[in-house]
Amino acid sequence: MRIFYHIGRYTLFVKKVFGRPEKHSIFVKQVIKEIDKLGIDSLGIVFIISIFMGAVITLQTAYNLESPLIPRYTIGLAARDSMLLEFSSTIVGLILAGKVGSNIASEIGTMRVTEQIDALEIMGINPAGYLVLPKVVAFIFIIPFLVIISMGVGITGGFLAGSLSGEVPAPDYIYGIQYAFIPFYVVYSLIKGVVFAFVITTVSAYWGYYAEGGALEVGKASTTAVVTSSVQILLFNLLLTQLLLA
Amino acid sequence: MIEAVNVFKSFEDKEVLKDISAVFEKGQTNLIIGQSGSGKTVLLKSLVGLHEVTKGEILFDGRSLVGLNSKQKKALRQEIGMLFQGSALFDSMTVEENVRFPLDMFTHMTEEEKRDRANFCLDRVRLENANNRLPSEISGGMQKRVAIARAIALNPKYLFCDEPNSGLDPRTSIVIDELIHEITEEYGMTTIVNTHDMNSVMGIGDKIIFIYQGEKYWEGTKDDIFHVQNKQLEDFIFASKMFRQIKEVHK
Ligand SMILES: Nc1ncnc2c1ncn2[C@@H]1O[C@H](COP(=O)(O)OP(=O)(O)OP(=O)(O)O)[C@@H](O)[C@H]1O
Ligand SMILES: [Mg+2]
Repeated sequence: MRIFYHIGRYTLFVKKVFGRPEKHSIFVKQVIKEIDKLGIDSLGIVFIISIFMGAVITLQTAYNLESPLIPRYTIGLAARDSMLLEFSSTIVGLILAGKVGSNIASEIGTMRVTEQIDALEIMGINPAGYLVLPKVVAFIFIIPFLVIISMGVGITGGFLAGSLSGEVPAPDYIYGIQYAFIPFYVVYSLIKGVVFAFVITTVSAYWGYYAEGGALEVGKASTTAVVTSSVQILLFNLLLTQLLLA
Repeated sequence: MIEAVNVFKSFEDKEVLKDISAVFEKGQTNLIIGQSGSGKTVLLKSLVGLHEVTKGEILFDGRSLVGLNSKQKKALRQEIGMLFQGSALFDSMTVEENVRFPLDMFTHMTEEEKRDRANFCLDRVRLENANNRLPSEISGGMQKRVAIARAIALNPKYLFCDEPNSGLDPRTSIVIDELIHEITEEYGMTTIVNTHDMNSVMGIGDKIIFIYQGEKYWEGTKDDIFHVQNKQLEDFIFASKMFRQIKEVHK
């Protein structure tokens, strides 16, 4: 079965990625560069999707809760918990699988088909470790910030949409987002974020690393990387929810 | 000196190299010639250990690549320079950073020493004023030179070149060939070059090995190559009209 072959090879690949870095100073430099490339560059997209997500959840909840028996502040509460539980980790994870995953797979895939990876190997460098470990470390480091930012921006988006449309009065919304707040939801979201960051970087790097052929295959590897890391994110989402919230 | 002893290499059930034995001498430019698909790249990559051989042994001055532990292997790797078919420069780094890269990774030189060494190597391949350009901003011939400069940065004992002049015009090809030849003699390296270019064969072939469908059919020097009675080799050499005419003149 093809899938077992990939699981086996992926496991060996991850083992190679976590080999000892060649030179500490170079590794640190690379991590900083990757934080900038993978993290800071993703801020814009995280910001945009979060603000719209927050706004849409708020409005949808508002339109569906027309009953006078349900207090308006529950809308703020619903928006907050949706962002905290699901959107800021899973949806952001899926979007980043598209952005960061395709970036990593195509970068490493191009290095493979243009023999740059062979060139590293020939010099006595462990290419998987040298190229991939800084990305994994950088993305795992930066993702908690992205998740938290997404939460803040999303809740703000809900606030703006609710007030501007007149559906949710500002005091109700502000009361709602503080009502029955469970801090563990944030922790749960951060744990998910870190797992997703690991999945996105290693899975995408895996497909790029074993690309064979030319530009066409690199494109295919990049697509496969996005699809498989997205599916992995959904699976892990289910698994972690069972483990952490059940 | 590099020796290949009864080397076999298969991919799944496809046998690409069949029982190849050869000796590549120090201070000489050793050529591996053969048609496209004959197995030259696979042989070169097997020699340097990028492919694991199915059977047989490869000895670097008596040291077998297979028997080494990972530390010894790494040490040996640093004695190897390789020029890839498509240059394989790191495209996110400038020309100078590419040449400095092995120095950054494996030496404890100061910044200034590294810069001097990189400039020395770039001068050696006669490439000036390109230090801060990216590989995508320079021509194919210049990229090959940068790749040579990077390959010799750590003073390797062994130099491998996979079709160093593919994609270059005839004049630039000769310049690159001669550069490889000069450097080999100057530093007493063991150099192995893959090619299907008869001009290179006539220009720099100190020792030539002819591969046909994964088997060694002939070995010799550029001086005996025209006198060989071997159908496959003759087909290869005299594929070009020019060399057919040279043969006529010889007679
Ligand atoms: N990784 C691989 N898996 C399976 N078969 C391979 C692999 N690499 C090479 N081959 C096969 O080995 C044979 C020899 O290929 P090789 O690249 O060595 O040819 P070559 O002599 O270098 O040709 P060219 O002059 O075109 O570069 C080809 O038939 C090729 O299909
Ligand atoms: Mg080849």
